[in-house]
Amino acid sequence: MTTRLVGQKVPRVEDQRFLRGGGKYVDDVLVGATTLHAAVLRSPHAHARVVEIDVEDVLDVEGVHLVWTYEDLADAAVMPATMAEPLPLLIPHPALTHGRTQYALAKDEVNYVGEAVAFVVASDRYVAEDALARIRVTYDFLPPVVGVDAARAATNLVHDDVPGNVGARLEQTVGDAPAAIAAAPHRLALDLTVERSACMPLEGRGTVARWDPDSGRLTMWTSTQTASGVRAAVAVKLGLDLGQVDVLTPDTGGGFGVKINHPWPEELLVPMAAKVLGRPVKFTEDRREHFISSAHERGQVQHVEVGFDDDGRLLGLDVEFWHDHGAYTPYGLIVPIITSTQLLGPYKPGAYRVVFESLYTNTVMVTPYRGAGRPQGVYAMERTMDAIAAYLGKDRTEVRAVNFIQPDEFPYDHQMVFQDGRPLVYDSGDYPQSLEKIKALVGWDEFTAVRDAARAEGRTVGIGLACYVEGTGVGPYEGAHVHVETSGKVKVATGLTTQGQGHATVFAQLVADELGCRFEDVEVVTGDTRRMPYSVGTFASRAAVMSGSAIHLAAKRAKEKALRIAADALEADEGDLEIVDGIVSVRGAPGSSISLGTVAVLSNPLRYAFDEASKAATQFTVGDPGRPPVAEDDEPGLEGKDFYSPERSTFASGMHAVIVETDPETCEIRILKYAVVHDCGHLLNPMIVEGQVHGGVAQGIGGALYERMEYDESGQLLNASFMDFLMPYVTEVPDGIDIDHLETPSPLNPLGIKGAGEAGVIPSAAVFASAIEDAEGFPITAMPISPSDLFALRQQHAAGASGAPDPSRPSDPSDQEDR
Amino acid sequence: MDTSITLTVDGRRHDVVVDTRTTLLDALRERLAVTSAKKGCDHGQCGSCTVLLEGRRHLTCLTLAVAHDGDEIVTAAGVSALEGGAGDDAPTSLHPLQEAFLAHDGLQCGYCTPGQVCSAIGMLDEAKQGHPSHVTDDLEESVDPADLDDDEVRERMSGNLCRCGAYGGIVDAIREVAGGAPREGQPDRPAQPEREAAR
Ligand code: FES
Ligand code: FES
Repeated sequence: MTTRLVGQKVPRVEDQRFLRGGGKYVDDVLVGATTLHAAVLRSPHAHARVVEIDVEDVLDVEGVHLVWTYEDLADAAVMPATMAEPLPLLIPHPALTHGRTQYALAKDEVNYVGEAVAFVVASDRYVAEDALARIRVTYDFLPPVVGVDAARAATNLVHDDVPGNVGARLEQTVGDAPAAIAAAPHRLALDLTVERSACMPLEGRGTVARWDPDSGRLTMWTSTQTASGVRAAVAVKLGLDLGQVDVLTPDTGGGFGVKINHPWPEELLVPMAAKVLGRPVKFTEDRREHFISSAHERGQVQHVEVGFDDDGRLLGLDVEFWHDHGAYTPYGLIVPIITSTQLLGPYKPGAYRVVFESLYTNTVMVTPYRGAGRPQGVYAMERTMDAIAAYLGKDRTEVRAVNFIQPDEFPYDHQMVFQDGRPLVYDSGDYPQSLEKIKALVGWDEFTAVRDAARAEGRTVGIGLACYVEGTGVGPYEGAHVHVETSGKVKVATGLTTQGQGHATVFAQLVADELGCRFEDVEVVTGDTRRMPYSVGTFASRAAVMSGSAIHLAAKRAKEKALRIAADALEADEGDLEIVDGIVSVRGAPGSSISLGTVAVLSNPLRYAFDEASKAATQFTVGDPGRPPVAEDDEPGLEGKDFYSPERSTFASGMHAVIVETDPETCEIRILKYAVVHDCGHLLNPMIVEGQVHGGVAQGIGGALYERMEYDESGQLLNASFMDFLMPYVTEVPDGIDIDHLETPSPLNPLGIKGAGEAGVIPSAAVFASAIEDAEGFPITAMPISPSDLFALRQQHAAGASGAPDPSRPSDPSDQEDR
Repeated sequence: MDTSITLTVDGRRHDVVVDTRTTLLDALRERLAVTSAKKGCDHGQCGSCTVLLEGRRHLTCLTLAVAHDGDEIVTAAGVSALEGGAGDDAPTSLHPLQEAFLAHDGLQCGYCTPGQVCSAIGMLDEAKQGHPSHVTDDLEESVDPADLDDDEVRERMSGNLCRCGAYGGIVDAIREVAGGAPREGQPDRPAQPEREAAR
């Protein structure tokens, strides 16, 4: 019997191509003089009425082929009526009472710096940008609304018809939290903030389209996390049949969430222009465009009230938060719903109430960034846990442990509704064991000695811990097609797209194991709607769970068929057959065997032979003359197709711990040790999972210590470049990240797996806040924290020590009432 | 204004007419269809467009093509033909540094990778020639690539952004090729017998 590949560190098959620069990202497709290039004129103002757009001079520029404004989109002679409508609101929710989306090109009003106003197509990007410079737009300025405070104050409105700038208000309650808090022996209140950051994949957005007038088909390459989603949206908006549109996403240079949005204005304008001009058209955004006109995430202001007993047990938890969703809401309420539900982490408060307002501001929209609302939720909960421990004078791990859902309590029903509209029910996990592991890994119990030793040298160190639970593998479904060719090669297709997760490797491992073919013979295609039109997309750590399960099931079907045909051919019993390295043989009788390629030949009864092998399947060679060549309940071809659609999400979990050192002079924050305990069920490929964790931690460090979108009060993004928006380079990530795995299988899918893509980033803000607070001895309530922020806090607390009340310190809410 | 220039890229000579304002990166990608150099920022801030230009690592987005008439360029697609590489540029052959990236999982989406590879090869060469870095203690002492510690490797690679965060693998790969000891606590090149066993 061969070694199973699932669970092994199989090196990635896609890497050779990438290493030689052979990755096919969208900008690498259709390179050449026949392709035209698009550029977009973007609003320089955060809030303004568009009075007039003058494009008269533009077509005089040599090499310009087309210029469009909203007026052109509304021109029924050129455009389908759908192009003049707002972009789709992708995820409606009953609580989103005031959802708004933008137009492909601004109509009457602009609501953020970067909003698309006009679209030009020219012979190359240089010429297209020359043309943009000739467009004259007259704006009437409106007062901009920037930041949660301005949105809440609602002195000015983003959209005239949205009172209070409130897009949605959603409340969920379990029990009576305010009453439980009032009756609790101890109470605390915390005010917390988290700043905006962004996914910032190294490859930005890009779209290329080619219209073939002869076949009436549109082929489109786009850098997306959902090829099938783009296909459906483009067909509807361009007035085409779904069958006329093919969307391909070969390689993606990172996504991290932002590329789940669709259709971007350019994803409609580019194919439309390709159709009108009869030439391929390409749009590749530049880095500034990515900063100001794609999407951000994270920004929230939170207020937590909690009541607890002497052990730190949560009796009541009441959370209110304000979520800045930017100028538009195409992605609905997914991010704040995730914050409000995943905030619970591994804990079970006695009673819980959470209410959020999702607010409009004149900034670029907010949609999921790796973690998607979880980092903020975990931050709120873990700050609360630390505050309780500090209040009671208890070890921070003890307070967490008394609140854990216990291993024998699964499935655990939180009695809330999750982001997929399904009940929030955890399927499995072992939080106490995770805690033991992380304590051992980071050296929690030995830390006092470390701290004392550091202190003796005049150094300041601190340790922090944060726990999370992550709903992964959300539905509705994914599908897979496994096709054994007559050469014995196995072609596998699944519809979701790949942004570096090593799908071509992991999915091939699954097929090789299940079907019994050679790993090298498997080729996986993702994100090609011609190969698998039914799909949802890559987000919410769902690819391995959803497509992995579907591929496993499809490979099983292909195997069943192979065994059936081989049993006939070998005149053996199916039960006696095995498939190893692509050869079907009778167990214990090695002479009696047939290759999968030959089985594929036999699976397809032929009239015409096309090579030596196929002669074996022609009409005078095979088949029982008394029966139809293809049985009534059968199909030609050695294929398997299947779909996986789980009842609900599966919940991964983990804990991070970090030891930091803060510089007494420069306030620099150095990472001395970073430890991760991670439970994503069975591991398909530990090397890839660890890569995902490492990458997530790197982004988490960025989010906790460096990254912040700096908008000024007029809504200009001041740091829209890699030079000013600080992301971790190799110099900012710690030398080693210690990882330990726990494998609590999910009962919800055939492989027992859970998602792993986002975990690394989820607890970062919380774990750094915890460690810095531990080092410095004062509460940390705003993240990210830069050296200058830390300096300001030190100043403030040095002053506060002389008697002034400390506004950032968690307070007993009942004290406030007494005052 | 158009100008005619000659560039040799990965061993192939191209005569090409470019608008004088065309960056070297755009000339490579758009005019010569050499897409092995990637564009991450176009502002010299990410390193993904790094190539070896006349033997030195160079950002192609920050320089004009016309400034490089007659120059020789090697991209990640051509490094295997360099000294120390397999000596050819067959589509499957890799430079030892690329092999090490593969073995140490120094990449995910692959977008920064061609730039990382060129930068690392160029960097090791600089070290070999004795160039100090910002963190080199003794500027008089000659540098031996094998002695580059983590801080040196990191500092010298600090111009290459990897948003996927594959930095650990990148550092391990570079240290292996430099001939130094593996990072503390890190194994040698990870063993890969499992897959062999399955064959
Ligand atoms: S593209 Fe040249 S440094 Fe970023
Ligand atoms: S591998 Fe994706 S940016 Fe480096």
